[in-house]
Amino acid sequence: MSSSANLLPNNRVLRYNFRERVIHWCAGVSYVYLLLTGLAFWSPWLFWIAVVLGGGSVSRMLHPWIGLVFAFAVLLMYGMWAGQMKETAEDKKWWDALHFYISNEDEKVPAAGRFNGGQKFLFWSFFWCAIVMLLTGIVLWYPQQFPETARLIAIFLHPVFALATIGLFMLHVYMGTAYERGAFGSVIRGDVSREFAIRHHKTWFDEIVRQAPPKG
Amino acid sequence: MSQATLRIQKISGHSGSVPGEGMYRNEKDRQVCKLIDTTTCIGCKACEIACQEWNDLPFAATSFDNTYQTLPDTQWNYWNLIRFNEQQKPDGTLMWLMRKDQCMHCAEPGCLEACPADGAIVQYSNGIVDFQSDRCIGCGYCITGCPFNIPKFHPETRKVHKCTLCSDRVSEGLEPACIKSCPTGCLHFGTKEDMSYLANQRAKQLRDHYGFANAGVYDPQGVGGTSVIYVLHDATNPEAYGGLPKDPSISWAVKLWKHPLKWLGNLAMIGGAFGLFTHYLRYGPKLEHKNGDGASKGGA
Repeated sequence: MSSSANLLPNNRVLRYNFRERVIHWCAGVSYVYLLLTGLAFWSPWLFWIAVVLGGGSVSRMLHPWIGLVFAFAVLLMYGMWAGQMKETAEDKKWWDALHFYISNEDEKVPAAGRFNGGQKFLFWSFFWCAIVMLLTGIVLWYPQQFPETARLIAIFLHPVFALATIGLFMLHVYMGTAYERGAFGSVIRGDVSREFAIRHHKTWFDEIVRQAPPKG
Repeated sequence: MSQATLRIQKISGHSGSVPGEGMYRNEKDRQVCKLIDTTTCIGCKACEIACQEWNDLPFAATSFDNTYQTLPDTQWNYWNLIRFNEQQKPDGTLMWLMRKDQCMHCAEPGCLEACPADGAIVQYSNGIVDFQSDRCIGCGYCITGCPFNIPKFHPETRKVHKCTLCSDRVSEGLEPACIKSCPTGCLHFGTKEDMSYLANQRAKQLRDHYGFANAGVYDPQGVGGTSVIYVLHDATNPEAYGGLPKDPSISWAVKLWKHPLKWLGNLAMIGGAFGLFTHYLRYGPKLEHKNGDGASKGGA
């Protein structure tokens, strides 16, 4: 993103451009489908979800294909964000102040770049979980093509890592909607207020301002 | 034997109670059993054909591999296969081992345990484990759950199939088609109790009078016993009979996944949701604009 274009009228700051938002929602929508059908296969108590979504056979048939869509979206996210998700010294300080972040004492939380330590953790956790889900998912897709050991490992690891993503997903949705007001708009319309940018991503905001052409 | 033996006592992927579980008198007496005496099998394949005919299965193309075995493995349309094995004895002479391979109808079926589809696999009170194709979603988990490598996937219909122990015949008081066709008396059918007795008598006869010191009955307890039992010349080496597992059980992976992981996972999901909600109640949101309402400050 070119930084100078990030400062918008009415004290708004562009946080996610159109491409980022589209890819995010490709991953988001496909993940929700995978979550719902996956939960149907996880527990007999939730098998009705598969019935609602077109029947067990349809859910079984589509789940792997939608899994490929999700994996592809995650791959695009990797290409788009991996560089910005590298661990920095700032992140260490951010983690040390995590309890202030949790208790909403944001003035005591050290300045973060475009992505803070927690967001980087979420990104990399989701990325590695998606890799494991993809590999084990391929084995479960065509069980007769793989040796028994591979199938047993896959049948156990697929739900283990699915549970891990469910934890990440719940955290992500909670923070993106209820907890961090303004964040949901940033991934729908793309922008946040200056106040939001300064409070949560000061290093990033300062960089945008520094690179913006002087007024007048 | 009657249709009462088709009362359902186990259901795959099922929430809630099972209609016939622990409900009726003398459930143990109802358990049926197929006895296969490998020592009298001549490998004629009559049972293979009888199975194809009764179940109206399309024939599979054979592949000749220089043995007396019809196909390399059972298939979605070939549920009953005589496995041929040439075994060298210590004195250098050869033995031909013929083993009729099909579903073992375990008392604790790994397929049923692994299956996520409600009612796609059931176990009747007579012990028969039966696939219900209309409920099958084609996930193939049963293939991984089975310790005997029995369920086979039909790629076109995306359903899994296997031997039914002719549950349709058994419920009408008939013996399975394979039993009916056997010319040597190698196959027997009856109650589990009777067949176990007969098998043990035959094994004793083999030990006492035929010089097979290790002759015995194969009724693996790792899967709770089976409704198909074998008499083997050498019960200490079942692997020699075309890969019959020595001590089969439901795999650790399936057990871990279906029991501790299920409950830990459910607790973690509910606990996680509860934890996040509690956090919201305690600290509230981080508002985008803090002026005015002031609700985002820590401390209640």
